[in-house]
Amino acid sequence: MTTGIATKEELKARIEAEIPGASAEVRGDDGHHFEAVVTAPAFAGLPRIAQHRLVYDVFDGELGGRIHALALQTKAE
Amino acid sequence: MSDETQNPLRDAIQDAIRSNDVILFMKGTPEQPMCGFSARTAGALQALEVPFAAVDILPDPRIRQELSALSNWPTIPQLFVSGELVGGCDIVMEMYESGELAELLGAEQPEGEPAPAEAAQAAPLSIENRLG
Repeated sequence: MTTGIATKEELKARIEAEIPGASAEVRGDDGHHFEAVVTAPAFAGLPRIAQHRLVYDVFDGELGGRIHALALQTKAE
Repeated sequence: MSDETQNPLRDAIQDAIRSNDVILFMKGTPEQPMCGFSARTAGALQALEVPFAAVDILPDPRIRQELSALSNWPTIPQLFVSGELVGGCDIVMEMYESGELAELLGAEQPEGEPAPAEAAQAAPLSIENRLG
């Protein structure tokens, strides 16, 4: 699941599976550059940096490599 | 922890973060950014007219490696204020647009100006790559 060309469907599924209650809208069709808007109750009360880290953690080691760029916007709800 | 004593590069990065109130690790320089994300982030700081130190991470891949290990943040650019990681391009631009960045830096938000696409002028204080 984490090899080959990345797709927005894969990113969405992984974010939603790993972050409790999250819903993600992911755009990007070139296999390398993606934009995601992630909404999750788990973000409530966290500084942005911690919210983004939760999402980055889903793709540990893949950002900058297999997934070249993931532009992020996070919201608590 | 024993590797810390044998890691002068990591110490140099830590020292640069500690001794500069506002420091941006980026690809290229504010005058000649080598990546759109770095350009936008440097441009936001320049639009607020705050002095900042900039470190080009491109000359040595180990800078990025050590920086990311230190900050637990995978991507470049990375903006630190008062020794704390504020974020990368997305967070900085979101904070710029909401006025939070100006507030954090004690700067005045430019009136009605959209985020700059790229650096308009040289930073009042710019540091060369002091980690090279």
